[in-house]
Amino acid sequence: MQNLTYGYAFWQAAAEEMLRDSRVFLMGEDIDNNKALVEAVGKERVRGCPISESAFIGASIGAAATGLRPIVWLMYGSFMYVAMDQLVNQAAKLRYMTGGQFNLPIVYWCPIGSGFAGAAQHSDHPTALFINSPGFKVILPSNVYDAMGLFRSAVRDDNPVIVFEEQGLSESPGEIPESDYIIPIGKGAIRQAGTDVTVVAVGAMVPQAITAAEKLREEGISLEIVDPRTLVPMDKQLILNSVRKTGRLVIFEDAPPLCSFASEVAATVAQEGFDLLHGPIIRVTREHFPVPFSPVLENHVIANEKKLITAIRQLLTS
Amino acid sequence: MLSNDQKLEMYEGMLRIRFFEERVVDLFADGEIPGFIHLSVGQEAVSIGIAAPLSKNDYLVTNHRPHGDVLAKGGDVKKVMAELYGKATGTNKGKGGSLHLADFPNGILGANGIVGGGLPLATGLALGQKMAGKKNVTLCIFGDGASNQGTFHESLNLASVWRLPVIFVIVNNQYAGMTPTAKATSVVPISQRSVAYSMPGTTVDGNNVLAVYDAVHEAAERAKEGKGPSLVECNTYRWMGHAQGEEIYGVEYRSEKEVQEWKKRCPIAAFEKVLTNEGLLSQDRIAEIRARVKQEIEGAVTFARESPLPAPEEAFSDLFQE
Repeated sequence: MQNLTYGYAFWQAAAEEMLRDSRVFLMGEDIDNNKALVEAVGKERVRGCPISESAFIGASIGAAATGLRPIVWLMYGSFMYVAMDQLVNQAAKLRYMTGGQFNLPIVYWCPIGSGFAGAAQHSDHPTALFINSPGFKVILPSNVYDAMGLFRSAVRDDNPVIVFEEQGLSESPGEIPESDYIIPIGKGAIRQAGTDVTVVAVGAMVPQAITAAEKLREEGISLEIVDPRTLVPMDKQLILNSVRKTGRLVIFEDAPPLCSFASEVAATVAQEGFDLLHGPIIRVTREHFPVPFSPVLENHVIANEKKLITAIRQLLTS
Repeated sequence: MLSNDQKLEMYEGMLRIRFFEERVVDLFADGEIPGFIHLSVGQEAVSIGIAAPLSKNDYLVTNHRPHGDVLAKGGDVKKVMAELYGKATGTNKGKGGSLHLADFPNGILGANGIVGGGLPLATGLALGQKMAGKKNVTLCIFGDGASNQGTFHESLNLASVWRLPVIFVIVNNQYAGMTPTAKATSVVPISQRSVAYSMPGTTVDGNNVLAVYDAVHEAAERAKEGKGPSLVECNTYRWMGHAQGEEIYGVEYRSEKEVQEWKKRCPIAAFEKVLTNEGLLSQDRIAEIRARVKQEIEGAVTFARESPLPAPEEAFSDLFQE
């Protein structure tokens, strides 16, 4: 077994995939300063890019069409917005529009999340924009083991996969086996079994949900924590099975509420699991505001464990 | 050096584009072809001139006015027409239409509905070619309007910094949509912008197919020698509007006088003259070639009309590689 941090797991996975398959290469701003990586794989495959997201994100598409397998590292997920056309109009749609004439095996690796006084333009959780763009698979691992297994799957998938990395979990420790295991895209996991409320927790909210569960256990409340791991395609069955068990659903996501992944889960369960519910579906998300700078303001806007606990208590007493 | 056969092929290719586009005018007006159509009548010398130096293994990315470019690079006339009709036998199985025509086996990554959207893609194709050690090039076609888009500047910079085998071709037809080039562009001739990206830039008469050929051929040789990208600007004119049917907006943005002046500089008539003077064409030969190409186009229309539409469930295929 190897011990490593969540943040490191992504880089190790990228390096290992490049060593495993010579078609895989890495593009991004400043990444060619990673001497260890350049030494391991060669500078042709660790390409530092000029600050021009449209150009290099678009270039990854052309390169993928020729048979290469690019991993594009964005410095911050919100920089994806700079290249929305290349992402949404080109990467997501080209295979479909051309009737399947080529594959685009690309990984867009995007650090996201809040809690470090990054202010509004560096603290986004832009999952919703890409979930709503047909043509992407979207994953968001919440721990070291999943990060490794899912990153491998993303690289080995022949389609554009957006891999979101939670900045807030960078230092989270974990361990992985030596083996070349993978976690399939589209399969969630039960982090903790419980009986009273299903909490679908997304990314950095998973550890917070686990802490909340410990606190609520003392009040006799048992949470079942579901980690979707993949946002698109969503593991609907896992969530519905849990709701069948508990009858109550709370979705916990540090993203603005409107049209969020949380909303998608809520709508899906309301439609396909209506008879399973003993109460309304609750979304515990950010407030619908940009993230303000001053930590006291930021903490008021972003989603956190306290808000989850309050919401669950309210749900159970209503 | 172009052989006589090659020159005749180029002439025939220009006619093929002209007759294809002119036929589409009526088919679209009659409602047989749905959606958006952007025709390249008058720009045949550019399409043929840029494609002639390329092989099947060279890539092409083009824009929303793609019919001529796709046909010039080896696209099948029948399949292209069928795609415009949205038929299952189209190049894209009916999923793309005119705006997204693609024929990847012939190296055509495709047309693009976003002005400037193709430049980063072309840069990436060239990156793939370079990383694979191939001696092939990528050709990227876009208009004067696209040269003001951010992607133009980013892509030329990236291609230059990474020394990629891509030829950026500006089809300057004097208008971007309804806006004259000079009104929207800080530098005309636009090829002067090449200096900002440390690559050679040249402007040629886009209605002279041999001039276009020479410029692109030279740029392609440069690229194959590992010397990096080039910018080639071709001055030409589109005889039709930006998009078919735009007359309903009632905006007169070009004078009839200007249109007629450019029609006098027809690239096909000019090349016909050149080839006649060289003894490669005669009145009879011209008539024979014209009749044959016209028939080919009619065959494509028949093929498209008689082809089946895709089954509705086909809308759910091709999103992902399973």
